[in-house]
Order: sequence, then structure tokens, then C-alpha cells
Amino acid sequence: MWKWFHQLASPPHFFRLASVLIPWLAWPGYALIAYGTFAGLFVAPPDYQQSDAFRIIYVHVPAAYLSMMAYMIMAIAGGIGLIWRMKLAHAVAASAAPIGASFTFLALASGSVWGRPMWGTWWEWGDPRLMSELLMLFLYIGYMALRSAIDDTTKADKASAVLALVGAVNVPVIHYSVEWWSSLHQGATLIREGGPAMDAAMLYPLLANILGFSLVFGALLLRRVRSEVLRREGRTRWVRELVLAPGDSA
Amino acid sequence: MTETLGMSGYGIYVWSTFALTATVLVYNEWAARRRFRSVYRDIEVRIKALENRS
Repeated sequence: MWKWFHQLASPPHFFRLASVLIPWLAWPGYALIAYGTFAGLFVAPPDYQQSDAFRIIYVHVPAAYLSMMAYMIMAIAGGIGLIWRMKLAHAVAASAAPIGASFTFLALASGSVWGRPMWGTWWEWGDPRLMSELLMLFLYIGYMALRSAIDDTTKADKASAVLALVGAVNVPVIHYSVEWWSSLHQGATLIREGGPAMDAAMLYPLLANILGFSLVFGALLLRRVRSEVLRREGRTRWVRELVLAPGDSA
Repeated sequence: MTETLGMSGYGIYVWSTFALTATVLVYNEWAARRRFRSVYRDIEVRIKALENRS
């Protein structure tokens, strides 16, 4: 196990492994999104309360789920980097931030557009889930700003990892906010006692999109980690060999 | 067809959300590829300059 862990942490090994894995994550991911989106828009029946407006769920829920997952990956990778001084972990944390920020923006924007016809407002400042999700967007922006403000990569890694770990407290707050406080948001639909509160014709496209978005996120993360590894290892022998290899554009 | 696009009067909300999602996915792919090309090109230029000098 430890041997595998150490091998995985080796930048050249990870770089090659990521190159192999990216298409295996991206293509099934986009295929699932294509199915989930088509079935969600055209096959699933309209909701008895929200009519066709409910179809926004097929992108809102995957985006919101990924916004939290990306943050947890960023915080855990930052923590691993701090404790075990693993450079690759810091590269993963730094790479997760822009993708997580984009999905957080998408979750907020799609929720706002959904809220207009259903709640009668684009935004509600008193809603705990909206505010905690907005706070997460600011944490992502703060994390990236902090990294770009520090020239020394090692110092930037440490400072940003501490910020990511402190901000991780916000993730359970987002998840449980609808249970802890009064919110415009409905309670859990998928993971709850008695099973999902959705008909199978509505549920399967949503599950396909959640899985598809997760796979695409994995591919995007690996793409960015490859760039980050290359930037950090730019003066090493393996990168020199990679660049000088004839006909290899990596 | 018009009925499908209209989404029971919620078409503007539904379609704009899906268009935004497609934009975010395309942007993420483009940004990740552009970042890789930029880093790779910088390293390539530096290494080839060093090779030519030695």
C-alpha cells in the first residue's frame, strides 16, 4: 500500500498515469452527461408542482455536489501536502481550485435562475445555503488570490493549504444548512431515509449527470495537475527528456 | 417542437441554465488545455535555448 502510495506521488509516474487516465474519464463522463441531459430535458416527466422548471435540477445538483467535492479534495490534498510534505498533493490542491470555483459559480447561477420562477426572487440574503455556498466561492477566490500573491511556490503551498483547511468547516455547513436552519431550499432528495424522493424516470438522468460530471471533473483535474507538475518539475531531467523526445508533444 | 422549447413557460430559465452549463464545461476544457500548452511551451523554449547554447 505504502509502496503504491509513494510510486503514485512520484511526479513522472503520476504524469504518465494521468495521461493514460484522462480519456478514460473524459469520454464516459461526456457520454453520461449527454444521456442525462437528453433524458432530463426530453424523457423525464414534468414535476407535479414545478412543472418543467424542475429540469434545472439536472445541472444544479451535479454542480453543487462538485463544488463541495472539489473543495474537500483541495483541503484534504492541502492537508496531506502539509503533513507529509508531498509536492504532488499541493499540485492537486492548486489544480482543484479553479475547477471547483467554476462549478460553485454554476451552482449559484443555476440556483438563482431556478429560484426566480419558483421562489419569486433571484437571490435571498437570509438563506443559509445560498450564503454558505457564496462563502465557498469567496474561499476559492481567496485561495487562488493567495497563491498568485506569493511568488515562492513552497510558501504559497503552505499558506493556501492552511486557508483551504480552515475553510473546510464550511462544507458540512452547506450540506446540513437546510436541516439546521430555516431555508428556502427543500430537504435532501437523493440521500435520505426511505430512499430517493424521485420517480425512476426522473432519478436515472440525475444520477447519470452526477456521475458524468464527476468523471469530467476527474479528467479536468488530472489535466490541470499535469500542467502543475510540469511547471514545478520544469528543471528536472525527466521533463527535459520528455520535451526533447522526438515527436512527443506530451 | 414549440411546446418542447417553451418548457411550459419556463423555457427561458431552463435553456439559459443548460447553455450556461455547456459554457462552463467548454471553458474548463479550454482553460485546462491552454494552461498545459502554455507551461509546456515555456519549458520547451527554455530547454531548447539551453541545448543550443551548449
